[in-house]
Amino acid sequence: MKLAQVVGRVFCSRQAEKVVAKKLLLIQPLSWETEKPSGDPIVAMDVSGAGAGEKVYWVAARDAAVAFDDAPPTDAAVVGIVEGHQTRSFR
Amino acid sequence: MFIGEVVGNVWGVRRHESLQGQKLLLVRPIDPMTEAPIGEPVMALDGGVGSGPGSVVLVMDEGSSARQILKDKKAPVRTIICGIVDHVSSGGKVKKYA
Repeated sequence: MKLAQVVGRVFCSRQAEKVVAKKLLLIQPLSWETEKPSGDPIVAMDVSGAGAGEKVYWVAARDAAVAFDDAPPTDAAVVGIVEGHQTRSFR
Repeated sequence: MFIGEVVGNVWGVRRHESLQGQKLLLVRPIDPMTEAPIGEPVMALDGGVGSGPGSVVLVMDEGSSARQILKDKKAPVRTIICGIVDHVSSGGKVKKYA
């Protein structure tokens, strides 16, 4: 379960039936520790109602599909908004 | 499964309904014998073991196992803490954490 920042939205007028009416977000994965980008942006389905610029956490693969009642074909889903987080080593 | 140290937490009100009321923690994988960190922290649910910052924990990194622990088939979860490590033995040495 990884951190990302919402950098945009994706709209398609022609798409697979089970993808219709799903909100698609363009997200840039970030490191939890440094908040620096890690890897390339990806498109994820949204269940959290996140907006532009917000930090979110997301899941990939099969775990993304179970976030929805109708289990659509998806490989990434945004499941929550990060209001804040902290990291510190205790040893 | 891997062994890691809880290094932080995450908060936020807006989340998937299956994640409501769950503790969100950041876990950094460590080498259990040397305590040396391995790689980047990941976010994990607490899974009812009562871990917190500083705990050395056993982490499950697989979705359907995580859902089984939560007893929720609809939870969009991959990583969950499923134990607090007391000690680890390897190569005739014992490393105690508790």
